[in-house]
Amino acid sequence: MISGKGLIRITVVFAIICWLGLLFSDLFLLFAEFNQVNAGITKEIPILFLDLFFVFVFINYRLRVQKAESINFIDLLWRVFSTGLVASLVQMVVGLIFYLLSSNKLLQNPLAINFFYHINLAVIVLFLISTFIVWKRLILYQKNRRLQLFWKFFEYILLASILFNFFQDNAPIWMFRGILGVLFLTGFILSFNLKWIAYLNFKQKWRSILLLALVLLYLWYFINNLFTFSQEFDLAVDLLDNVFVLAISAFIIVYAIISLLVIIFNLPTSSVFEQKISEVLNFQRLSQSIQIGHNEEQVYEILLESSVNAVFATSAWLELYDEEGKIIKTYKSAIEDNTIIQVRKSIEDSKLKKYLDHKELGIVNPNKLTAALKDPDFASVLMFPLTIQERKIGLLVLLKDVSDGFNKEMADIINSFVNQACISIENFELLSEALENERYREELKIAKRVQKSLLPSKMARTDDFEMSAFSESADEVGGDYYDYYQIDEHKTAVIIGDVSGKGSSAAFHMSQMKGIFHSLVQLNLNPKDFLVRANKALSMCLEKTSFITGAFYTIDTNHQSITFSRAGHCPALYFDQNKKEARYFQNKGMGLGMVRNDSYENYIEINEIKYNAGDILILYTDGIVEAKNANGNEFGYDALQEVIQQNYEQSPDKIRDEIIKKLYAFSDTDDINDDYTLLIIKFS
Amino acid sequence: MIEIEAYNDNEIHFIAVKGDVDASSSIHLDEAMTKAHEEEQATKIVVDCTELAYISSAGLGVFMSYIDDFKAKGIKMVLFGLSEKVFNVFQILGLDQLLTIVETKEQATEKVNEL
Repeated sequence: MISGKGLIRITVVFAIICWLGLLFSDLFLLFAEFNQVNAGITKEIPILFLDLFFVFVFINYRLRVQKAESINFIDLLWRVFSTGLVASLVQMVVGLIFYLLSSNKLLQNPLAINFFYHINLAVIVLFLISTFIVWKRLILYQKNRRLQLFWKFFEYILLASILFNFFQDNAPIWMFRGILGVLFLTGFILSFNLKWIAYLNFKQKWRSILLLALVLLYLWYFINNLFTFSQEFDLAVDLLDNVFVLAISAFIIVYAIISLLVIIFNLPTSSVFEQKISEVLNFQRLSQSIQIGHNEEQVYEILLESSVNAVFATSAWLELYDEEGKIIKTYKSAIEDNTIIQVRKSIEDSKLKKYLDHKELGIVNPNKLTAALKDPDFASVLMFPLTIQERKIGLLVLLKDVSDGFNKEMADIINSFVNQACISIENFELLSEALENERYREELKIAKRVQKSLLPSKMARTDDFEMSAFSESADEVGGDYYDYYQIDEHKTAVIIGDVSGKGSSAAFHMSQMKGIFHSLVQLNLNPKDFLVRANKALSMCLEKTSFITGAFYTIDTNHQSITFSRAGHCPALYFDQNKKEARYFQNKGMGLGMVRNDSYENYIEINEIKYNAGDILILYTDGIVEAKNANGNEFGYDALQEVIQQNYEQSPDKIRDEIIKKLYAFSDTDDINDDYTLLIIKFS
Repeated sequence: MIEIEAYNDNEIHFIAVKGDVDASSSIHLDEAMTKAHEEEQATKIVVDCTELAYISSAGLGVFMSYIDDFKAKGIKMVLFGLSEKVFNVFQILGLDQLLTIVETKEQATEKVNEL
C-alpha cells in the first residue's frame, strides 16, 4: 500500500504531467491549425488532460486538507488566503509580462498567449479546488447524516460535471445551464451550514472577516482576469465555458459571502457567547477539580477566579469560617486587606449586613444578595454564602466600581458556581470522612479482637466441675467481663462483671476490671475483701457516672462449698439437684464505684453454700434478662429459670446453647441492645 | 424515648421522668439534674418515676453521680413512684440503700421536708 504522503506526491506528479499534456496538446493543435496541417490528434486529447488535471488536483487537496475537527478554522482560512496569494502573484507576473511586452510581436502570437493563459488556468484551478475542499471541511463541521448525504450528492455531481466538457460542443445550451443551475442551487443550500462560526471568539471573527474578504477579492480578480483573456484573445481552452469551474467558483463565492455576513452579524454577540462558553468551562472545572486529585484550596481558588471572570467584578474576596465562625482563610482578588476592612464597614451600612457573619440564614434568594454600596472604592456588591449541610462555611464577596453592576443572570451564575463548589467540597469531605470511618472501623475490629482475648479462651473442666461461657457485645466492643482463676488445687475463683453504659468507654473499664481481678485474686482474699479492695481501686479510676456491677465466687472443692459476694450484679441462679429447683440468690450488695469511701464494706455481704453433684450455678449479665422482643417485653428472670428447670440434666455446653437459642428466638433479632454474657458451672 | 418535665412547687423542685432512660437518653436526665441545682438553686428535689418504664445502668449512673454532690451541698433528693421492675433494678445494684425512695408523692414531699 502507498502511504498518505506517497499518494499526495503521486497526485502532484500526475497533476503536473496532465497540465503539461494539456499545454502541449493545446499548443500543438493550435500550431497545426495555423499551419493548415493535420495534427494527428483529436481535440478530445486536451480535454482529457484538463479533466484529469482537475481530478488529480482534487484528490491531492482532499488528501492534504485535514478535517476541521482537528485543525482550527483560522488555519484553514489562512491556507485559502495563502494559496490565493500565490495564485494572484503568478497572475500578476503574467499580467506584468503582458503589460511590458504589449507592443512586442511575441504577444500577438496565439501560442504565447495560450501558454500564459495555461499558467493562469493552473493557478486558478489550484486555488478553486483547494478552497472548495476547505469550504467542505467547514460545512461538514459537526455534520449530521443528512448533511453528509446531501454533501456527497453535491460533490459527486460536481465531479461528474467535469466530464460534461466532452459533450459540450454538441449539447444544447439549456443542458449547460441546467447542470449549472442544479449545482448552484445545491451549493447555495449547503452554504447555510455555518456551525464553525459559533466557535470563533471575537478576535478570530475579525480575522475570519479579513481573510474571507481577501478571498472574495482574489476571486473577483481571477474571474476578471479570465474574462479579459476570454474577450481579448482567441483561446484554445476557456475556463469560463467549463461548467465545473463555473459551479465551483459560484459555490466558493456564495459561501464566502454568506460566511462573511453571518460573521459580521455575529460580531456583537460573540462576547456573550464567549462568556457562556467560559462559564460552562469554569463550571466543569469546579465540578471536576476534586476528582483529579485537587485539594479544597484549589476549589476555592477556581471559584473565586471563575466568579470574578463571570461577572467582570472589579475586586473580590472569599472568606472561610471554622466551626465557631472565625475567619480561617481569605482568598483575595485585586483587593488589599485594609480595603476589605473598609468594604466590610460599608456593607454593614447596607441591607446585606445580616449576611456578613457566619450565622445560619437558611435558604437565601440569590437575587437578594446584591446591593448598592456607599464606599469610596466600590459602588455595588454581590455576596454569596457558602453552605455545606446547612452549615455556613464561607462567604464570597464580589465588588464593582459601578452602581447596579450585578444583574439577575450574574447572581444566578454565581449561585450555580457557589453551589457546585460546595458540592465539590462536600464530596471531598464525605470522601475523607468515609476514609476516616473506614480507619475507625479497622481500629474497632482490632479493639474487638483485643477484647475477645481479654476473656478466657478455654473454660475449666475439672473432676469437680465443668464450666461453659458465652459472650456477645451489642457494639464492636462491650463492657461485660467474666474470668476464673485457680488459686490452688482445691480453690477456684470466678468473677462476672458488667460495666455501666456500653461501647468503647465500657470496654476500657472492663479491661481495668480484668487487671484488678488478676492482681487481687492472687492474694487469696475472701469474696467480700476482694470486692472492697476492688471498689477502692476502681474509685480512683472510674468517672463519676460510671460503676461496675460484679459478683465474686470462690469454689472450694475440698469442702464442696461456694463462698460469694455480690457487688450490685444480677443475682445468680442456682439449681439444686436434690430439690430439682432453680432459684435466685437473695443477698445484699452494692455496685463497685457507687460508694467511693470506706463505708462500702457495710453494703457487702458474704455468703456460703454447699454444693452437691448435679448442682448448677448460672451467672449472667442483665443484658440477658432485660433482652427485649419487638413488643417491648423482657426475656425476664422466669424464662431463664424455666430453661434451667427443663435442661438441668444436660451438659453445661448444652444448657448454654439452649439458653442462647431461646434468647435469640425470643428477641428475634441479631441486632442486640445490650451485651450478653452467660457463665454456667455444673458440679459433678 | 424519654420525656422530662421539671417544675417547682412549694420550694420543692419536681422532676418527672417518663419513658425509657438508656445510654443515650440518660444525658437529658443528667441535664435536668444539673439544671435543678445549678440554675434553680433547688435544695429539695423530688424525682417522679411513676411513668419511668425502664432505666439502664447509664441512667442509674446519673442518679449515683449526684449522691455525693448533693450530700456535700445539703441538697435533699427523694424518688417516688417506682414500678416494681424499676425498683428491682435499683435494689439489685444497691442504689436503694443510697437513695431515699418512697412510694407516693405525698410521702416524698413529707420526706424531703423532714430530711
